[in-house]
Amino acid sequence: MSALLSIENLSAVSRRDGKPILRDVSLQVESGTIHGLVGESGAGKSTISKIVLGIVSGGVVVTAGRVMLDGKDLVQIPERDKRILIGSQLALIPQDPLTALNPGRHIGDQLTDSLRMWKGFNRKAAWARALELLDHVAIRDPARVMDQFPHHLSGGMRQRVLIAAAFAIEPKLLIADEPTTALDATVQKQVLQLLKRLQAEHGTSVVFVTHDLGVVAQICDDVTLLFQGKVMEQGTAATIFNAPRHAYTRALLAASPRYDNPAAGLNPIDDAVIAACYAQIQQFDGVQHG
Amino acid sequence: MVDVTITAASHQNWKPIVAAAFSDPKVAVGGGFILLLIILALGADLIAPHDPLAQDLMLGSLPPVGMAGTEPGYWLGTDDLGRDVLSRFIHGTRIALTVAFVAATIAATVGTVVGLLAGYFGGWIDVVVSRLIEIWMAFPAVLLSILIVAILGSGMHSVIIAIAIIDWTRFARVVRAETMAQRQADYVTASTVLGFSRLGILAGEILPNVLWVVLGLFTLELGLAVVIEAILSFVGLSVSSDTPTWGGMIAQGRGIIYQAWWVFALPLAGLLATVLAFNQLGAGLRRSLDPVMQR
Amino acid sequence: MIGLITKRAGMAAVTLFGVAVVVFGLLRVAPGDPIAMMIGPGATADDILRLRASYGLDQPLINQFWIWLGSLLQGDFGTSISRRIDVGQLLLERLPATIELALMALLVSMVLGGFIAIIGTLWRRHWASGAIDGVNGVLLAIPEFVWALALVLALGVAFPVLPLSGRINPSLTTDFRTGFSLLESLLIFRFDLAADLARHMTMPVLALALPLAGIIARVLREALSEAMMQDYVTLARVKGMSELRLILFEAMRNAIGPTLALTGVQFTFLIGGTVIVEKIFSYPGLGNMAIDAVVNRDFPLIQGLVLMFGVIFILINLLVDFAVVAFNPRLRHG
Ligand SMILES: Nc1ncnc2c1ncn2[C@@H]1O[C@H](COP(=O)(O)OP(=O)(O)OP(=O)(O)O)[C@@H](O)[C@H]1O
Ligand SMILES: [Mg+2]
Repeated sequence: MSALLSIENLSAVSRRDGKPILRDVSLQVESGTIHGLVGESGAGKSTISKIVLGIVSGGVVVTAGRVMLDGKDLVQIPERDKRILIGSQLALIPQDPLTALNPGRHIGDQLTDSLRMWKGFNRKAAWARALELLDHVAIRDPARVMDQFPHHLSGGMRQRVLIAAAFAIEPKLLIADEPTTALDATVQKQVLQLLKRLQAEHGTSVVFVTHDLGVVAQICDDVTLLFQGKVMEQGTAATIFNAPRHAYTRALLAASPRYDNPAAGLNPIDDAVIAACYAQIQQFDGVQHG
Repeated sequence: MVDVTITAASHQNWKPIVAAAFSDPKVAVGGGFILLLIILALGADLIAPHDPLAQDLMLGSLPPVGMAGTEPGYWLGTDDLGRDVLSRFIHGTRIALTVAFVAATIAATVGTVVGLLAGYFGGWIDVVVSRLIEIWMAFPAVLLSILIVAILGSGMHSVIIAIAIIDWTRFARVVRAETMAQRQADYVTASTVLGFSRLGILAGEILPNVLWVVLGLFTLELGLAVVIEAILSFVGLSVSSDTPTWGGMIAQGRGIIYQAWWVFALPLAGLLATVLAFNQLGAGLRRSLDPVMQR
Repeated sequence: MIGLITKRAGMAAVTLFGVAVVVFGLLRVAPGDPIAMMIGPGATADDILRLRASYGLDQPLINQFWIWLGSLLQGDFGTSISRRIDVGQLLLERLPATIELALMALLVSMVLGGFIAIIGTLWRRHWASGAIDGVNGVLLAIPEFVWALALVLALGVAFPVLPLSGRINPSLTTDFRTGFSLLESLLIFRFDLAADLARHMTMPVLALALPLAGIIARVLREALSEAMMQDYVTLARVKGMSELRLILFEAMRNAIGPTLALTGVQFTFLIGGTVIVEKIFSYPGLGNMAIDAVVNRDFPLIQGLVLMFGVIFILINLLVDFAVVAFNPRLRHG
């Protein structure tokens, strides 16, 4: 297996104050696998996703590194080529299903966009395909939903619609940025299962962004653990969970609700561990500038 | 229970605000031009090179300097009656500015009071005021102003009254909405709890905050009033025809535009610049006051 | 939704009634005896008394008002003093010219304003967007009266490319069946006439359209920029849509509602602006006639004109209310 997405030594800073946001991040996503991108809030998970998808805001400046997709550098290629490449081969499942659908467009139109743009479907064929897709994400009465507006649907329904839209073009790489955080617990579980099922069926590669190690254990093959934009630990899910090397990983595992034993108590992360992490980052920044 | 400093906080320190406003380039440029106009208006008798009414048919339709056939001293040419265009323009600023400031002040005062009452007391007062505003909006402003002046008889007083009658709603609408928003704000609730009278709150708490908004509107209104006065004198309904006004000059110039376009062009340029200046001033004031208002 | 519409329609009726009251009041305070004006010199005191009674003018003010309102509702606007023609007929004669002018100006302002807003949004990270904002600021700061005069000087005198007054070249004598000359000439394939009408209309249309274009551009631009920051646009960007397509098909849908609502209200101001603009360009519409009516103290005509404008304004506002509901899927499906 070769890496579909290969991020190499990616660094980014904030335009406003030059503060580092990503620090020399490298990671590989193998074909047909789910790669968990884990870290606490502000670790830079979304920033990485956005750089890959070409939607990073003007406030973030990429200072170094490459983002190779199938051998092409997404940071370097011309804007137009990049748009076409991303549109036809990548897809995003966003965090908040309530804001990610256009309130002014019919669900059907939003579902068929990619099919018509990149798969050569005409209106009718795209519509038929979208009905299948909705059916596949277990939406009842898809024909009716196609004619509705987003505000008619519940959060869970909307996330299903968004998942259907993401899989519509059979993307090579799917980025799911905390796709379940905005949903309530029971719906979360269903959506996660759905995602896993579709991924397995289509053999899609996924970057799965989360701060929930329990979710990682359930669905991820590989894991990258970030802290303040720096990779702390990287490896297969099995190694990370069974033989964590970094003190931060161990502390994080101890701090999360045990997916295998929810009854066990939580251990807050030791301040000393955090301090050690910051020391590591400072040392890194020192090397960069000194 | 209630923190009295909340009340104090609503009277923001105005010195830095004013300082910020004056350093704004838009305020500087717009305000600078208006200041120039005010100086021209006040000192018209001293500044104008000629008597604006003095006719000399021998010197009729002289072009401005730089063109063929000029006469020394008549910088911007003369009209068909041989009156100095520059002098008439300078004297015209008087009517323009007087009307603008008086009419805008009346409109602002009436509109603010009505808007405050409607916004603060709500109920039937608000219903009546809202309806009134809506009815007012159903009249074309220019037509209404012309009609009012026609009814009252032409002259500067009528023009001022007409503008005030038409434009008080501009202030009332905005002040009403602003007052409603302010009424919800914490400090008013705090004052109510402390037992201030309702009118006291209106005058002491809400008015000072609303005043910033009124100031911005007032600046725009000045520009609009100058234009309405020009329209009325263009139609021949403003002051008597021998008093020089920009609108009157424009109307006169329109008739002789192929022989002496400058009679038309100068007051038009003045009007254009004045409107833009008031606009810039208003925009600048709003911009520099806005962060203070946290909006 | 039905409830909302009836409520708005009811409020419009109240406003219309208020307009009638104000017009009635204005004309009562106007100096001069309307009967004396109507009847002209040479009438005996007896004639005047009789006419007074026939108009109900000998009755108390409140009765006078009801009589007056009743005749208005029957479509009786009286007779123009200066033109000696039925006011209703005069209004209907002039109305089409003003409608053509106003609608054309609305069209131009929407196209121009929309274009400026779209270009500004497209280039929002580019220095040129600052220049566009500057131009737009000038567009909207200058009122139609000043634009009209500036156009007279620029396109009528300095570069005399357009006719300065009128609606059509008098040498092109044609009997139009309707007052909608431009539309009619297009329908009967007389493009020579249409071209001449268009040339006459260009300056008044521009004078009316430029300020509104500026307002539309500013509001639409703000709404578009706001919409462009929404998650659904980001998602559509990931789908590979071009920037222009994002603006036109994703952001525009949600930005256009508020903009249209504002455009509707501003359109009433534009119609108000036809009064002076028609005067400046001697364009034979309602506005031009209105100024003449005031100058001639032709009160029956003034009354008819003011009421006409009032009805038009109120109808437009009502239409805007309905359009807002129709354009917003949330409101439409309640
Ligand atoms: N537009 C921006 N301009 C400047 N800094 C930014 C911008 N967007 C994000 N950042 C900074 O980048 C850092 C990483 O943000 P990011 O959103 O990638 O974190 P995250 O890991 O996704 O966190 P969360 O779990 O809260 O979503 C944060 O410190 C944030 O302040
Ligand atoms: Mg994030």
